[in-house]
Amino acid sequence: MTEPKLTVSGAAATLDYEIGRGREMKRNFARAGLAIAGAMALSGCINVSAPDEPIVIELNVNIRAEVLYRLAEDANNTIDENADIF
Amino acid sequence: MMTTFRNALIAAAAGAIAVTGFVAPAQAQRDPAYAAARANGTVGEQTDGYLGIVGTATPELQRMVNDINIRRRAVYAQKAQENNATLEQYAATAGCQAIARTEPGEKYQAPDGTWKTRTAAPPERLGNCP
Repeated sequence: MTEPKLTVSGAAATLDYEIGRGREMKRNFARAGLAIAGAMALSGCINVSAPDEPIVIELNVNIRAEVLYRLAEDANNTIDENADIF
Repeated sequence: MMTTFRNALIAAAAGAIAVTGFVAPAQAQRDPAYAAARANGTVGEQTDGYLGIVGTATPELQRMVNDINIRRRAVYAQKAQENNATLEQYAATAGCQAIARTEPGEKYQAPDGTWKTRTAAPPERLGNCP
C-alpha cells in the first residue's frame, strides 16, 4: 500500500492567505517607507553652525624626491630672506 | 672749486648707500618671544613646513604660532607659484630645510610624527629630503 501523499503541498493552502495579507503588508510597508524617506529627506538639513572642535585636516602627502631637490635651493633662500618667521 | 665739492657729495652719497646695504639683513630677526619658545622647546619645526606646539598649548603661544604659520603660508603660496610647484610641495621642501637648520636643543618633528630634540648630530628627516 502506497503511503498517502499530499497532492498539493500544505503551503499552497496558506499561500493564498499570505498573499492576501501580503498585499496589505506591502501597502503598509510602502506607506511606512514613504514616511521614513520623508523624515530622512528632512533630516538631511545643512548645518549652518560651526563645529565645536577645530577642523583638523591631516595631509600625509608623500612629496616626490625630485621636487624636493628642485625646490631645495629656493626654499633655503626663502628661509634666509624671511628669517623672522623661520 | 665747485667740481671738487660735487665730487665730494657724490662720494658721500655712495658711501651712505654702501652702509645701508649692509644694515638691511639684520632687521629680519626672530621676535624675542618666538626665539625664547624655540630655545626652551615649547615650539618645534614640523615636517610639513609649519611651526608646531610641543606639549600643552597656551592661548598666547597658540596665537604666536598661528601668526607665524599664517605668514609662512603666505610666503609659500607666493614662492610656489614662482617655482611652478604646489603650495604643499614648497612647504614640505621648506620643512626639510627648516628641520636641517635647527639648532641643538630645539625641537623638530621626526618622520614618524613624534617630537625629537635636536642634538649635534644631523636630524632625522624624511627619506626623500635632499
